[in-house]
Amino acid sequence: MRPFGYARAPDLESALTALVEPGTEIIAGGTELVNWLKEGIAAPDRLLDITALPLDAVETTGDGLRLGGLARMSDVAGHPAVVRDYPVLAESLLSAASAQLRTMATIGGNLMQRTRCPYFRAETLLPCNQRDPGSGCAALHGDTSSHAIFGWTPECVATHPSDLTVALAALDAEVILRDAGGTRAVPMADFYRQPGAQRQRPTTVEPEELITAIRVPAAPSAHRSHYLKVRERVSYEFAVVSAAAVVELDGPTITGARLALGGVAHRPWRLPDAEAALVGVPISDATAVREAVARSFTSARPLPGNGFKVELAQRAAVRALRTAGGVA
Amino acid sequence: MRFDDQVMTTLRVNGRAYPLELEPRVTLLDVLRDRLGLTGTKKGCDRGECGACTLHVAGRRVLACMTLAVMVDGAEVTTIEGMADGDALHPVQEAFLRSDAFQCGFCTPGQVMSAAACIAEGHAGSAAEIKEWMSGNLCRCAAYPQIVTAVQEAATREVTR
Repeated sequence: MRPFGYARAPDLESALTALVEPGTEIIAGGTELVNWLKEGIAAPDRLLDITALPLDAVETTGDGLRLGGLARMSDVAGHPAVVRDYPVLAESLLSAASAQLRTMATIGGNLMQRTRCPYFRAETLLPCNQRDPGSGCAALHGDTSSHAIFGWTPECVATHPSDLTVALAALDAEVILRDAGGTRAVPMADFYRQPGAQRQRPTTVEPEELITAIRVPAAPSAHRSHYLKVRERVSYEFAVVSAAAVVELDGPTITGARLALGGVAHRPWRLPDAEAALVGVPISDATAVREAVARSFTSARPLPGNGFKVELAQRAAVRALRTAGGVA
Repeated sequence: MRFDDQVMTTLRVNGRAYPLELEPRVTLLDVLRDRLGLTGTKKGCDRGECGACTLHVAGRRVLACMTLAVMVDGAEVTTIEGMADGDALHPVQEAFLRSDAFQCGFCTPGQVMSAAACIAEGHAGSAAEIKEWMSGNLCRCAAYPQIVTAVQEAATREVTR
């Protein structure tokens, strides 16, 4: 690990001022960055510890939920309002990582995880545009079994590892970013850049910005939601594919649906065509639900090693919808 | 704000204060083992995957290999060396002995620390719940059935105590 300078920010203003200096990186839970520091993937000159900032609250407001950027995954997952009104959120958090990592990791840091695949941190250094921009993509000519089926470019075919962001995308959440000049909000679904565009910058976060909060809009249907994670072992594993579903029902009929997939792209992947086609479909009609979900898969582009994900992701989406709707 | 290459840090470990001058890149795990001689906390993968370095910071279970020591300045750290009360083992340690919940023993300190927190969190109500909430602690000898039994037994004693 390369040496670096360290400071603990006493307040938000001084943190934002310090971030303006190039070569400064933020650390909070550390569960992601400490690995990258050890492996030389991150090598900042200055490390800014933001854990003393008062950004860890989980609040219910009139218009929804506000998760502080420094709230721990375990605290959000156990918050009574989250458990009661946003099950998809609690389920996504509890299916992620391990109890120890969830105790450490923050919500903002979860979003800042790198899009990566096994080649990103291979013990023998291999071409990887995420790790070393311009070096190429080893996965494109290698094992693509865990890779993307949507939205990939020849630059990078990896997926984003977060479970939480998939649930947040289905809930139409916004990321609140702050710099010395002010505040802006970015929809969760637009937070990650297409691989290849501005290679050094996997997210829309500017170097001088800090994630202060996530805003989850209130929706009466959010309690009818579910996160389904398909993985190669029962616990403590990344998703092969996952699906977050939020369903509005009028009796047995779907009147609105929001669907996002994980493990299939460099970002949480919303399915607008499927969502539109689901309106008017009886939730108990599994065939009709499947047909509606399939509308979003005509654009799937599987790689040589992951054709199975096209089928698996559709089945996961159908089951997530039906579980959210109370019929599976 | 001043960024320091050496940081005066007070580590509070098992009730004792250790004032130290630390490079910020040093992990809590390396300080405990190499500077303080507290080698009960084990270094397995050193990348947050195996759970062998699990200990408690402010009562919550965390991974020492993923923690920069300067970031826990002043916080109460409990390691496996701080679990027994004199010669009296912690109930979780006793349960591990009774259930023969180890073979080589390398993962055991992390398992014990994780189990104590798992019980305190209220996540040890059934074998299935224990398996899920202890999944961050790997055992290469695969003593998992005995570990689950030990945690269950310790949790029951905790409730009836």
